[in-house]
Order: sequence, then C-alpha cells, then structure tokens
Amino acid sequence: MQSPSKKTFPVLIFWIIVGWVGFLILPWYGIEDFWTFEWLVDGYPLDSDYAPGIFLIAQGEKLWLTPLLLPLIGGLFAYRLGKEHALYANILILAGAFGFAWLIAQGFGIGLRGWSYDWLEAIFGPLDDRQFGMGYGAMLVSACFLFLLTQGIAARGAVNGDVFVVSSIGFVIAVVGVFVFFPIARMLIAAFITEEGSYSVSVFFSKFLSNRLWGLGCLSGGKCGAAWNSLALAVLVGFLTTVLGLVFALVVTRSGFRHKRLLRALTVLPIITPPFVIGLALILLFGLSGSVTVWVSDLFGIQPTRWVYGMPGVLIAQLLAFTPIAFLVLIGVVEGVSPSMEEAAQTLRASKWQVFRTVSLPLMRPGLANAFLLGFIESMADFGNPLVLGGNFDVLSTEIFFAIVGAQYDQGRAAVLAIVLLAFTLSAFYAQRFWLGKKSYTTVSGKGDSGIHPHMPNRLAIPVFISAGVWALFTIVIYVMIVYGSFVELWGVNDTLTFKHYVTAFSVRMDAEGLRWTGSAWNSFWTTVQIAALAAPLTAAVGLITAYLLTRQTFIGKNAFEFGTMLSFAIPGTVIGVSYILAFNVPPIELTGTGVILIVSFIFRNMPVGVRAGIASMSQLDKSLDESSLTLGANSAQTFRLVILPLLRPAILAALVYSFVRAMTAISAVIFLVSAEYDMATSYIIGRVENNDYGLAIAYSTALIFVMLLAIAILQLAVGKTNIGRRMSQPKP
Amino acid sequence: MKNTFTVISAGLFAALMAAPAMAADKITYYCSAQEDWCQLMANGFQDATGIKVNMTRKSSGETFAQIKAEASNPKGDIWWGGTGDPHLQAAEEGLTEPYVSPMRSELQDWSISQATSAGDKTIGIYSGALGYGYNSELLEKNNLPVPACWKDLLKPEYKGHVQMANPNSSGTAYTTLATIVQLFGEEEGFEFMKGLHKNINQYTKSGSAPIKAAARGESTIGIVFMHDAVKQAAAGFPIKVVAPCEGTGYEIGSMSIIKGARNMDSAKKFYDWALSKDAQALALEVNAFQVPSNKMAPTSDKAPDLDSIKLIDYDFAKYGSSDERKRLLKKWDDEVSTLPQ
Repeated sequence: MQSPSKKTFPVLIFWIIVGWVGFLILPWYGIEDFWTFEWLVDGYPLDSDYAPGIFLIAQGEKLWLTPLLLPLIGGLFAYRLGKEHALYANILILAGAFGFAWLIAQGFGIGLRGWSYDWLEAIFGPLDDRQFGMGYGAMLVSACFLFLLTQGIAARGAVNGDVFVVSSIGFVIAVVGVFVFFPIARMLIAAFITEEGSYSVSVFFSKFLSNRLWGLGCLSGGKCGAAWNSLALAVLVGFLTTVLGLVFALVVTRSGFRHKRLLRALTVLPIITPPFVIGLALILLFGLSGSVTVWVSDLFGIQPTRWVYGMPGVLIAQLLAFTPIAFLVLIGVVEGVSPSMEEAAQTLRASKWQVFRTVSLPLMRPGLANAFLLGFIESMADFGNPLVLGGNFDVLSTEIFFAIVGAQYDQGRAAVLAIVLLAFTLSAFYAQRFWLGKKSYTTVSGKGDSGIHPHMPNRLAIPVFISAGVWALFTIVIYVMIVYGSFVELWGVNDTLTFKHYVTAFSVRMDAEGLRWTGSAWNSFWTTVQIAALAAPLTAAVGLITAYLLTRQTFIGKNAFEFGTMLSFAIPGTVIGVSYILAFNVPPIELTGTGVILIVSFIFRNMPVGVRAGIASMSQLDKSLDESSLTLGANSAQTFRLVILPLLRPAILAALVYSFVRAMTAISAVIFLVSAEYDMATSYIIGRVENNDYGLAIAYSTALIFVMLLAIAILQLAVGKTNIGRRMSQPKP
Repeated sequence: MKNTFTVISAGLFAALMAAPAMAADKITYYCSAQEDWCQLMANGFQDATGIKVNMTRKSSGETFAQIKAEASNPKGDIWWGGTGDPHLQAAEEGLTEPYVSPMRSELQDWSISQATSAGDKTIGIYSGALGYGYNSELLEKNNLPVPACWKDLLKPEYKGHVQMANPNSSGTAYTTLATIVQLFGEEEGFEFMKGLHKNINQYTKSGSAPIKAAARGESTIGIVFMHDAVKQAAAGFPIKVVAPCEGTGYEIGSMSIIKGARNMDSAKKFYDWALSKDAQALALEVNAFQVPSNKMAPTSDKAPDLDSIKLIDYDFAKYGSSDERKRLLKKWDDEVSTLPQ
C-alpha cells in the first residue's frame, strides 16, 4: 500500500546533491554582500575567505572540516545500497547524526580566537587558526545532514515511514532549536558571567536581588522596582483590556447596535499603528502644555501637572493600543457560545441577567483567559509607550534596553532583567492553561444549532454602551489629532498647515541619474517593506507546516513539540532582541548587522499566530479529505500541497497579514537588531521622537498606516477567498 | 500555494534587486551627533570622495555599547560625534585605533591635547559648555525667579520644574555629575545632586531631551549643553540660556577610528576630511552651535562664546576613565536616585 521505493529516492538524491554542492561549490564561511557575487571574481575558489569546504581542506586549512566528508560519502553509499537493504536506515541515521553533531561541535569549539573553551586548549594544545561565522556552504551541508537523518528515521518506520512528515518535524525542531532555544540559552548563560568572563552564581543573585528591580519604595513615597511596576501595569492592562474587549464583543453580537462595521474598523486601527504614535498623541493632548490640559486649566484655573508621564499615561496608551486585540479574541468566543444553551436557561425561567451571569459568562472563560494573557504579555513587552510616556516609571522592557545601550553597558544585567520578564510571561502562560483545566467549553456540536443570541440585559447594556462609547470617541479623537499633527508646522506652538514633514520624509528628485529618493525616510521605508514582505510568507509557511503536523499527525513527543513552537509567543520582543545579539554576534552563526537577523526574528516571533490560525482552520477540515487523497495514491506532501493548502486560504491570509503588519510596527526586538544598512521604520521614527521632531515622526507613522492598509488589501486580493461552497464548483487552483 | 510561491519569489526578487549593483569603496559610519548633522556629514563625505556611506545614528552611550559588543568582529569603521567620555573609554579599552592626521596643524589646542592624552586614539571635533536653559513663558506663568547659578536650582520653588538626563544612559548627564563633583568637591557635590533630585520632575534617557521638553512647555528648566539650548532658542522656542555663575564643565565632541575597521583607508579619509575647515563649516547649516576644532572654520554669532564662560579645568583623563565613571554612577544610583522626591 505504501508508494514504491522510487518515490523516496529523488528526495534522498536531492539532499545528497545539496550537501555536495554546499561542500564543493559554495563558499563555506559567511561573506558580507554575498548577493553582489563580487567574491566570484575576487580569488574564488582558492582565497580562504571565499573557498568552499573542499578547497580549504585541499589547501591544508581548517582541517577540522575533513571529517564532514565521511557522512557525505555515507549518504551516497546508502543511496547505492538501496532502500531494501538492511543497513540503509542505519547508515543514513549514522551519517546524518554524526555529520550534524560534528558540524555543531566544530562551530562552537573553534571561534574567532581559536579554541572557544580553555579545556579544549588544555587537551589539544594551542590552535593557531580561527574561523568566522558559517555561510551558505555550511548551511546547505547542515540541511543535507538533517534530512539524511530524518530519512533514516523514516526508513526505520517512524510515523509510518512517511518521509515528508518526519522531515518536516525534523526541520521545525531544528529551526526552532536554533532560533528560539539557542538564543534563550545563551541569554541564560550570560546572566551568570562576571566582568572578568568567568562564571559565577553570586553575580546572578547580586543583579537579581537589586533594589532597582524589587524595591518597594513607592509604598512609602519613593520609587518601586521595575519588576513590580511591570507586573502591576501588566495585570491592570490585562484586566482592563479584557473587560473593554468583552464590552465591544457584546455590543457587536448582542445588541441592536447598527454601525457594527464602523466599530470593527475602529478596532483594527490601533493594530496597524506604529507603537509610540498613541503615546505621542497623548502627550500633545494631555501633557503639561497639551491642548486639553491648557484648555482645562484656562477654563477652571487648575494648575497643570505632569500626570500623564508615568503609570497613568502608559496605562491609557496601552489600553488604547491593546483593547482591539482582546476584542478580536473575544468576539469569536462570544459568538461561539451556543444560543441553545441560553435559550434552554431562559425556558427554565432564568432572567436575562441570570442567563448572562450563570450561563454565557462561564462559557466565555477560555476567551477571557486568552484575552487577559494577551493583554498581559503585550503590556509586559511594550517598549514604545513606556519610552515616550514613562517619565520616572521604570518598567522591565525599557530597563533592559538601557542596560544594554546605556553608558553602563551591562549585558549581564540585561540578561537578568530579561529572565525576570520571561518568568512573568511564562507563568501567565502556564497559569492560563492551568486555570482553564480540562473542563469542556464545547457548545457547538454537529447537531442543528439555529438559535439567536438574546440581547444583553438592561443593567448590563447601559454601562456597556457608555464605556464602549467613551472608548470609541477617545480613539477617534486621538486618530484625528494624529492626522492633524502630521500637517501642522509645530503642534501647540505653530499651527500653520504645511506639507513640510511629508516633504522632508518622502521627497523624490529627478536628475541626471534618474529618480533619486531624497527624502530622509526612504531608506528605512524600503528596508522595512522588503523585510516585512520577505518575512510574511516565510512566517506563514513555517506556521502552517507546524499546524499541519500538530493537527494531522501523531508522533512521539508531540506535546513537547507543541509547547516548543508556542513558546516564542510568550517571549517578549525585548528578550528576543537581547538574546539574538548575545547569540548571533559571534560564530558559528553570525547574523548581527544583516537583514537576515531581522527576518528571522520576525518569523519566530510571529510564527505562533500562524500556527494558531492554521490549527483553527485545519481542525475544521475533516480528516477524510486527507484519507481519500492518500487512498488515491498521493503521498502526504502532495496531499498537503494540493488538498489542504487550498482550503486554508483564510488561515494563510491571517498569518500573512499579521506577520506583515507586525514586521512593520514592531519595535521591541527590532531596536536591538537594526544596523546602518538595515534600519527599520520604527527605529527611525523613535529617533525622530527623541529629537523633538514630532511632526516628522507622526507624518511617517501616518504614511505607514496607509501603506499597511494598502498591503492588507493587496494580500486579500492575492490570496483570494476560499471556496468551500458546497454548491459551487471548485475553481481551478 | 501558487500564490504563496509568487509572493515569496517576488520578495526574493526584490531583495536581490536591492543589493547594490556594483562594488565601490564604502564606509560604515557610526554617528552620535544630532540626526540632521549626521546626515549632512554622511552626504558631504559621499559627495566629496564618492565613497558610499552607511550611517547609523545612536547616542554616544549606545554606540559605545555597540562597538564594545562587536569588538571581536567589528562592523563599524568610524565613530564621529558625541561627548568625549565614551570615546576616551573606548580608547582606554583598546576599542579604537591610534591615528595622527596631517590636519592637526589646523586644530585648536584643546583638541590636540585631548588626542595626545588618549594615545592618539580619539580627537576633538567640536566643544561645548554645560549649562541650562529655561522656558521663559512657563517661568513667568508660574511666578518663578530667574535662575543664574547651579545653586539656584536647589530652591524649593523649582520643585517639579527641573529636568535632566539620567547619567546612566546619557553622556551629557554624566558630564553634569562629573562637573558638579569637580566644582564643589565630591562630598558637597553629592549633597547638591541630592538637593537637585528633589526638584527633578523626570530623568530622561537622552541627553538633550530636557531642553526639548522645556521648549515644548512640558517642563520649565532643562540641564543640558548650552549649544543644545541655543538651538531651541534659535528654532523660535521661548528658551533662555544660562551659563552658571559658579563656572561649568564642558565636553569635547570626539571622533575615533574603530580598531579592526574593515574599511580602514576610507575611515582615515573620513577622519582627515572631518577635521577640515569645509567639513566643520557644515555645522552651521544644521544649527549646531558647538565650537569647531578647526581654527579656520567659521563660527556662528549665536554660539555661546567659550571665552566669556567661566570654564573649570575639567579632568578628562580622570573622569573619562571607566573605573571612576562606574564608581560615580554607582554612588549616584545608590545614594541619589533611590531617594524619595
């Protein structure tokens, strides 16, 4: 019943060829400006900077690469033996595992200054050589080893011998391992390094127990530690965004409110707004010389204060920014509560209020917990708003930033702070799972379910409408002010209307060399668009493959696999940023200063959303679809590509849009990873804000908002609608 | 699938096209001065030499951190601008390269003496004195007295009106701390900082932020370099600049070549060019009111005249060293920043 062995061979020979190409043709080490192909005419293949692995060995250099030839030959040997041979699987496993392990060991063992560890030098004596970060050659060879290994495992009969599934699992584990677990581990280690470079537990505790972290001075008039500040803020934001999100969800689903579309549009806006814009608008409205402040103080003769700087300001900005996320989570849940349950309760003479309190609300528990968790994590990770509005209210995310970039420059302290932050978010992640427990919240079953949701009881409706109205009005005012602010000379000082800021940022000039992008924002703008456009499809791809494995396949360690892939969701961007510089500034993987590190950080930060979206849509597709495809002779790769993917368009779109938008608006991880060549829009804007150049910052942000709206529209067109229409014929793919 | 593939390939194509089509000399330029000045210097150098400039602007503290993090594998070539201390610190830690420029004969003495004290690893490109500025409208509105000396800032009526940067994150604020310590002695200096702490409404992260807040009316007094205050006044904000009567410290904005620079020749070209009269004259185009180190470079009449200000004999070697800096910052952290306000 399995497809004949012929099917397996093209895959095997493909990866063997890839491995040999990597070893024989492509430069082994990383090259700056690889894609200019200057290296081709600059001494390749003999120059040791550009030489492929085999040329290095032949010239007697980097001899530690020689053992890699063994597994490469081993792969060929297995191919000759053929699949039926008893040793086939074992040889592949041995070759893959040895090759991969050796590659990692030599990468970590030998660095920029020869041996990376003293004990290696003690054993082998001094090494008068060094190596840089791995390049494309090494990348292809390691991919070859990885897939030799997975094919060997598949040949041993794992997951019914399905090569595609085993390889996908291996691939996801490898990339998540390299780009999530490895950096986090590096960061954990950095927390224990003393200034002299040795390891010590006491250094961790002296930084961990610092008063600046855990001080409780605010209870007696002083300042509290950043850890308490962050925690208090995050709990408040999590709670309030959940309440506000629920309010909106109720207005949309359970009231006679007419303009639901408008409300939906309003909730999308903050998601596509660069993070500190709201903070800026708050300053311009409520700061010491803000429009509202001045107006109120003139009217009532109240002395203006700086109340907006600090916790109140950050809290308001975060509520504005994160309530929509809670709303998007809750609307599905509120809609999902089966009306028949509520109708049953009403039939049993429960009042509307009783129904809401004892039936509807408890059934929304998973959604409420999710919304709280999201608000909590977003608040913990938020960087832009505390930076602009924080005043003397220190939170972990900004403290981490200034531990790294401040004049004190203390990576260890940044790592310790990041660990505290991570501990908070992971505890929340865990607590959420624990609280939801194993209760069943399923109310939608296959049976007919045609009821209508009852309207809210009055005592609920009135406060709900009031708070939704206030929030909506506030949001509208803020956004009107943002657009207005981008068109005035100097808000609050000189209110002449002008296009000056847009001209400074986005002017173009025609001259002898053709079109010149002279505006100061173009550079970061194009980088951002490119990186977002590259990261989005890759994020969607990795996310959907993972979702496919999680919903459609069973294999050993699936729970751990799921936890691992969802983990990066609970890791704040600041932590990702810090851990990435610690992990990827030195060989074996050297990525700082490149565009790749930005793309990679976006992929792994946003992947969990792709996974979630994929899981949600895939659970709706009946397994019989896959089964019939497999019965008809397709293998699982073909099934995934031809049957499942086309049905997943909504999930693909969601993942694409989300990762594109996040890549354009993210700041917390980005601020650590940008470089001269790859500057991102958000880091450029924050530079303008620091420089008192609010007009330009706001104009740029406004432009970004419109670009994102446009991009979402284009994506929608490109991906198209799923036609799961039962009566319509299936269009051609 | 097909569509996803199209998107991916379109993206890859875009990335390929974006890579520079041909090779040329280039330089990675870390800049710690104000953005428009940085940009002007980058463009000016590119126009003058045809060398392609990759610029990153970060504060001097951030840039120092970056250079230190990249020390085993330097990415930058030249570091221009920003207060001298981090440059001296980098020199002390061996992160920068010694270089004696043929332009030295045209430079002011303070610039050369800074260079020799640092083993030629850094050089002064401009200098500016510390002071403070106040928003005259807000001062009047709140019926506050006009300040003239450092000690005036301790008056209780200024409570909640003074802003300065956090010395942990800003070179300007560290210069303030070191100036006060040199002016009043360490003991009395810290008493001053404690008294000042009571009046501070916010320790900002960036050095010039306090005067910008004052310009916008978000705060009344900002402790900054005087040329930053002059700049806000020149931009039309109601800012008055004060040179404190007790005397004050100053900074030497510096430039260093990063050790192990990948484009060493370009870096040296930039170095020589940045010390030239023409390059230093660019400062006036962006309202940078510092005093240039090239004797022949023109100065603005709005710039504070260093001769008329009582300058202390600032000990750059001592207060620029990392041990002294760490000690003072820790003391400030422990004794001042934790006090209730």
